[in-house]
Amino acid sequence: MDESWKKAKGVFAALGAPPVLWLLAFFLVPLAIIWGYSFGENKSLTEIAVDGTFRNYLHAVRPLYLGIILKSFWFAALTTLFCLVVGFPVAIAITFASDKAKSWLLLLIMLPFWTNLLIRTYALMAVLRTEGYINFTLAFLWNGVSHLTALFGHPLGPFQPLELLHNNFAVVFGLVYVQLPFMVLPLYAALDRLDRSLLEASLDLGAGHFTTFRRVVVPLAMPGIVSGILVTLIPSVGAYLTPDLLGGPSSQMIANVIERQFKTANDWPFGAALSFLLMYMTFLAIAVQAIVSRNRRGRER
Amino acid sequence: MSGARAQPGPLEYLRRWPIRAWLAMVVIYLYAPLITLMAFSFNTSRRNIVWRGFTLDWYKAALADSDLIAAFGNSLTIAAVSTLVSVALGALMALLLWRFRFPFKPALEGALGLPIVVPEICMGVAMLVFFTEILPWPTDLIWPFNLGAIIISHISFSFSFVAIVIRGRLASFNRELEEAAKDLGAGEWRIFWDVIVPHMRPGLLAGALLAFTLSLDDFVITFFTSGPDTTTFPVKVYSMVRFSVTPEVNAASTILIVLTVALTAVALKVSGGAVATIEAGEGL
Repeated sequence: MDESWKKAKGVFAALGAPPVLWLLAFFLVPLAIIWGYSFGENKSLTEIAVDGTFRNYLHAVRPLYLGIILKSFWFAALTTLFCLVVGFPVAIAITFASDKAKSWLLLLIMLPFWTNLLIRTYALMAVLRTEGYINFTLAFLWNGVSHLTALFGHPLGPFQPLELLHNNFAVVFGLVYVQLPFMVLPLYAALDRLDRSLLEASLDLGAGHFTTFRRVVVPLAMPGIVSGILVTLIPSVGAYLTPDLLGGPSSQMIANVIERQFKTANDWPFGAALSFLLMYMTFLAIAVQAIVSRNRRGRER
Repeated sequence: MSGARAQPGPLEYLRRWPIRAWLAMVVIYLYAPLITLMAFSFNTSRRNIVWRGFTLDWYKAALADSDLIAAFGNSLTIAAVSTLVSVALGALMALLLWRFRFPFKPALEGALGLPIVVPEICMGVAMLVFFTEILPWPTDLIWPFNLGAIIISHISFSFSFVAIVIRGRLASFNRELEEAAKDLGAGEWRIFWDVIVPHMRPGLLAGALLAFTLSLDDFVITFFTSGPDTTTFPVKVYSMVRFSVTPEVNAASTILIVLTVALTAVALKVSGGAVATIEAGEGL
């Protein structure tokens, strides 16, 4: 009813106090502490002095860490690109399915993503490792071909398993696996709102399916594409579990460095600075999306 | 129109074979790892690759692993308590934002959205620092009070989701019902319990199930707030996975997959899809 809070101050306080205090004490305060630490330095093993230094942020842009930050973005960008390429046809298929098939297809895409992230990552480990399913299948095929060529006196030699796990490939493969539903859903939401007569008009006027896609579908679905890119990109940049379990020593991302600062390296101020760099990037991405969607709405009006 | 059945219409993309093949490949990509994981939890071979025969031994082994069972118990307890508190706090927040107009309302809405958008790792380290520096949680408390730090962190990230679900439900409330109750002489409190709460109920239920699965699923934030005696199921599975891929882990994972999928199915049935869209927005 949008009542002014002054009309029922008692009710207002009773409703507001518990959740607001909780949010403040157990969410905003912890974040504020980290933010403060990001301008501090280790005085001794247990003592941190917050003295307004920017040393930690400067530390974070040194080549070693800058490289890791850039690599995180590179992995996240690749992930987003693959999700977009893989997910777009899926979103199109769902959009133009019958109502009944539509809800089943949506469920089919969403279901894996309700299972635990850790379990999904573990499942990929079993698929990718040297004695995993992919290498097992390849070895089976290889041996089959080898038997065949042996008949002509040219056996292929023993099968060399592919190193699929603990490298950069595994990290991007895993991130795409985890993030794909995030991409499909906003794409579908945008495509579903699309005016179909525009597509029919384009096809009737002689444009092919590909031209229609490129010149009609993509421009109209742009808000969905942008939010799909963001919901894939942001969690990918900050991913911890996927690079930790699927990556090798050279495929560590920002989140792994942050974890190390807090759990083993014991350099909290630096870890805090890295965390806040990640947060700033998140906020920047959200702000960009807000501006894009506002501009869009402005133009449509 | 006789040819319509044989020839797909211009926009019936689902009936075109390239799209169908693509969809089939994506579904295989998404499901093959999980289905093999579940299937091989019933395999007699320890090597986990070749099918040797059906067995329930790994389930017996998983159920006999007292650490794993304790971790599972912890996870369920944490999820239950955090759900109760999250729903209470979320409902209050939703009612506050729905009913009142007040200064700093956009700021509060923004702050409420923060736990949803902040990267998990940042929230994890913030909680780690908070519970070592500001509020050191005693680790020698009797169970379940030693889980307090984890429970508090879980409430902090799930109550925003709950508040948003319940607020969505409240938006569809017909204000005339309230006026009618008032005309018929009901007081403020009576209106709340007999008119508003019954309307909120599907939202409360959907929010509760969402909070429960979010808590049960969380690894990163728990990883930073758990101690040696306070592991949860995902944290325990993580330490098992670090060492090797074993059928026991497969069996334990299968139990958790079945549990969460069942819970989500109930949530979906109750909320008619609201949960799905909220969960999908989790990343942003």
